[in-house]
Amino acid sequence: MARFVIRRLLQSAVVLLGVTLVVFLLLQLVPGDPVRVALGTRFDPQTYEALRARAGLDQPLVVQYFDYLRRALTGDLGVSFRSGRPVTAIVLERLPATLSLAVTAVLFAVVIAFPLGIVSAIRSGSLVDHAARVFSQFGVSVPDFWMGIMAILLFSGVLGWLPPSGYVALTEDPGRWASHVALPAATVGLVTASILTRFVRSSMLEVLSEDYVRTAEAKGLRTRVVVLRHVLRNALIPVVTVVAVQLASLLGGVIVIEVLFAWPGIGRLTYDAVAARDYPVLQGAVLLVAALFLLVNLVVDILYARLDPRITVK
Amino acid sequence: MKPVLAVEDLTVTIDTRRGPARAVAGVDWAVRPGETLALVGESGSGKSMSVLAATGLAPRTARVSGRIHLLDTELTGLPEQRRRRLRGRHVGFVFQDPMTSLNPVLTVGRQVVEAAQEHLGLTRRAARSRAVELLDLVGIPSAGQRVDAYPHQFSGGMRQRVVIAMALACEPDLLIADEPTTALDVTTQAQIVELVADLQRRLGTAVVWITHDLGVVAGIADTVAVMYAGRILEQGPVDAVFGAPSHPYTRALLAARPDPAAGDADLVTIAGAPPSPLDLPPGCAFWPRCPVRGDARCEHEMPPLVPVSAGHQVRTFYPQATDRRD
Ligand SMILES: Nc1ncnc2c1ncn2[C@@H]1O[C@H](COP(=O)(O)OP(=O)(O)OP(=O)(O)O)[C@@H](O)[C@H]1O
Ligand SMILES: [Mg+2]
Repeated sequence: MARFVIRRLLQSAVVLLGVTLVVFLLLQLVPGDPVRVALGTRFDPQTYEALRARAGLDQPLVVQYFDYLRRALTGDLGVSFRSGRPVTAIVLERLPATLSLAVTAVLFAVVIAFPLGIVSAIRSGSLVDHAARVFSQFGVSVPDFWMGIMAILLFSGVLGWLPPSGYVALTEDPGRWASHVALPAATVGLVTASILTRFVRSSMLEVLSEDYVRTAEAKGLRTRVVVLRHVLRNALIPVVTVVAVQLASLLGGVIVIEVLFAWPGIGRLTYDAVAARDYPVLQGAVLLVAALFLLVNLVVDILYARLDPRITVK
Repeated sequence: MKPVLAVEDLTVTIDTRRGPARAVAGVDWAVRPGETLALVGESGSGKSMSVLAATGLAPRTARVSGRIHLLDTELTGLPEQRRRRLRGRHVGFVFQDPMTSLNPVLTVGRQVVEAAQEHLGLTRRAARSRAVELLDLVGIPSAGQRVDAYPHQFSGGMRQRVVIAMALACEPDLLIADEPTTALDVTTQAQIVELVADLQRRLGTAVVWITHDLGVVAGIADTVAVMYAGRILEQGPVDAVFGAPSHPYTRALLAARPDPAAGDADLVTIAGAPPSPLDLPPGCAFWPRCPVRGDARCEHEMPPLVPVSAGHQVRTFYPQATDRRD
């Protein structure tokens, strides 16, 4: 297992290298001069040249790229055109907010989707099953920003239970963190839950018709044991991927929700960086998201091997 | 001796999208301790459904009626909870395809003793040694190591041995084997048949053996029931039924059996197909294919099961008739 992890980490490093190259080249293709944009009305030729030189933009592309890489390896991702602050710090300070939202939303989704999917598969055609179907139809067809607005109106406006927006760090005050993360996480989580419910249900149904489930029933095991030990473990194997894909996409940022709830996440950062043509920040954000993506993938592969003995990690 | 499992007038109706399907239409049979009952008949004749319904394993869409006695208990009308316990404790199952009847994510050892843990309350330690013992019993080499292996690490024949070990975990009074050798190659088939016969001799288990292989029936069964379209057409001691087959369908089945001694020259197949369980005729279901070709009575009236010799019954108006060959 350790060797598997090390090999995957090395592979991930190679992928990240590719990501830096692609992002770097893509940014060269984007029209518009970032330094000029950053200067705005303060533009004068001298400041412009100085800033370009400081960012290394007067060097040939190849030199620029290897320069970037060399510094990236020491954790230096350059400085923001906009604020002049180090990109590494800017990107990392968004990480807790992004993780908070993504992980809470996925947990919320799992807590709803697993029981709902399981019960609606076991009792397919029942009232619960129909309710679950309506729920997931609702979740995937209603736009998340609208749900977010409704949630704010209800829980913050009418009931006054939760703050309408903003972010408090978990390390600062866990209670206030929870009250702030609840609404955006529930909004995002509801969409994820409706997607997930369908997958859990169909995966369960598929496994329920397997011969080995009949074997388990023939042994006279309790329904709970049949479902949890024989059906669920097998049904989870494909579901794990779906959960991971959902988590990874949330880690990439949920811009609309982050804007609506004034959530200082990576999605918001990326959005602002694009608008401001703040390339160093944009590069840093993409790099971080790619790294998170790879990490989630690695965890999924390990989970897969744990769940399915037919897969050998070598 | 009292039967281990006996069904009377067992009827199974499955609700399908195209209406109710009569998979089993009033079947009686019994299997006594240490005996083997063979159920034979074409595909779709209701062999599997009758044993599944008898043990409470019929699909949810099935309606089961009739009387089912397992040991001293009447199962019909019993709450599922009690039926489940009786089933797990007293009946072991071996299904057709060992490639799909084992759970791929659990070790074979775990699956083999699961029933014993549930019904006999074995401790974890006891369960493990019992698993090794069972795997050893069914002839799995170095069972002590193989107990922690997963199904995909076994060949088809070895998997079927695992399934048999699993079925025997609670030392059941009855073993139900539903075409246990169909999915295996010929040599392995013979080994599995031999294994079950041997275990049966040693453990005194009653066996219901569902098969298409009449050679196996002749070799291991005490009694045989020939099913067609959900009904039993002929049943009785194997010697009587095979020695003096009285139903044209039985004769056709026996004739259709490839006989290595006779070569292919005499190979007879039965033309036509059985009726749909959605639309069973009022009379004899075999009538359209029957080589005796009885009269309108056969078409419109269900022949009763009539005795022809001790314990040997046949469902026909013309037990003495001979087949027309044209
Ligand atoms: N789940 C089901 N839903 C609807 N009809 C079914 C279902 N299972 C079985 N049947 C029908 O019930 C009838 C009896 O099926 P059964 O499986 O008992 O046949 P069988 O004699 O075991 O055949 P085989 O030799 O192919 O195993 C068939 O006509 C089949 O189509
Ligand atoms: Mg069958």
